[in-house]
Amino acid sequence: MTKSSRPTNNAPEVALVLPMLPDLEVAAVRLAGEIGRFMRLDDNKVDEIEMALIEACINAFEHSQDPQRKVEIRFTMRPEALEIQVIDHGRGFDYSQVHPPDMESRLHAESKRGWGLKIIESLMDELVVDSQIGRGTSIRMTKKR
Amino acid sequence: MVDKFQVSDRTETNRVVLYTDGYINNLGGDEIAKRCYQHIEAGRKQFVLNLEKSKIVNSIGISILIEIIEKLVEIDGNLAFCNLTPTIAKTFRIMGLTQYAKIYETETEALAALPAN
Repeated sequence: MTKSSRPTNNAPEVALVLPMLPDLEVAAVRLAGEIGRFMRLDDNKVDEIEMALIEACINAFEHSQDPQRKVEIRFTMRPEALEIQVIDHGRGFDYSQVHPPDMESRLHAESKRGWGLKIIESLMDELVVDSQIGRGTSIRMTKKR
Repeated sequence: MVDKFQVSDRTETNRVVLYTDGYINNLGGDEIAKRCYQHIEAGRKQFVLNLEKSKIVNSIGISILIEIIEKLVEIDGNLAFCNLTPTIAKTFRIMGLTQYAKIYETETEALAALPAN
């Protein structure tokens, strides 16, 4: 588990509360795309943000067991970067016990899953996971200009 | 919200090209796998997956592509990808899929790389 303090500033913020329904992550992705283009990020960066956000949403949808079945997404438009925070109030997990998957082992394993955080980490410039057992998870990811 | 996923195919000298259209999630992945396995049952084992019309994928859909790769490894078959967005190509590389399924710019290049068995 890693945690860092958030700088306080007046960066514009957009918030979205998303019910955990099948494929509704696409709504968040469309909003992320619009925000990225509004910030004039280049197309590849917008695509990478969208892909990372899909993974953050489906992780929450599938694993959080949030009793309200909702995920909160906050987009903060900083001059130097877009920061996205995906928050659930579910069961949380021990991030120190998450081991990055590799293709060699997954290819012949029964479960081929477990790639979400690795994808997010690789596509974004920063990833901070703050998860507490029984209290939920916040994934904060940043894409620099 | 999400347009219905569609998959179609054509066969060229026993090599199968699969064309996807839409979001490759669990349902999309299952549709691709179903179509692949039908061709494998018919004795074909060389596949090109053309993702020109699939701009978003998720890791659940990709995990189903890994199942297809596993199956093809078992039968000495091949899967090649083409027309990927830069982000999808990057994601496949990050995950290591490209150790087992190469990425080509175009369908023509992908087909040319596969044996016509």
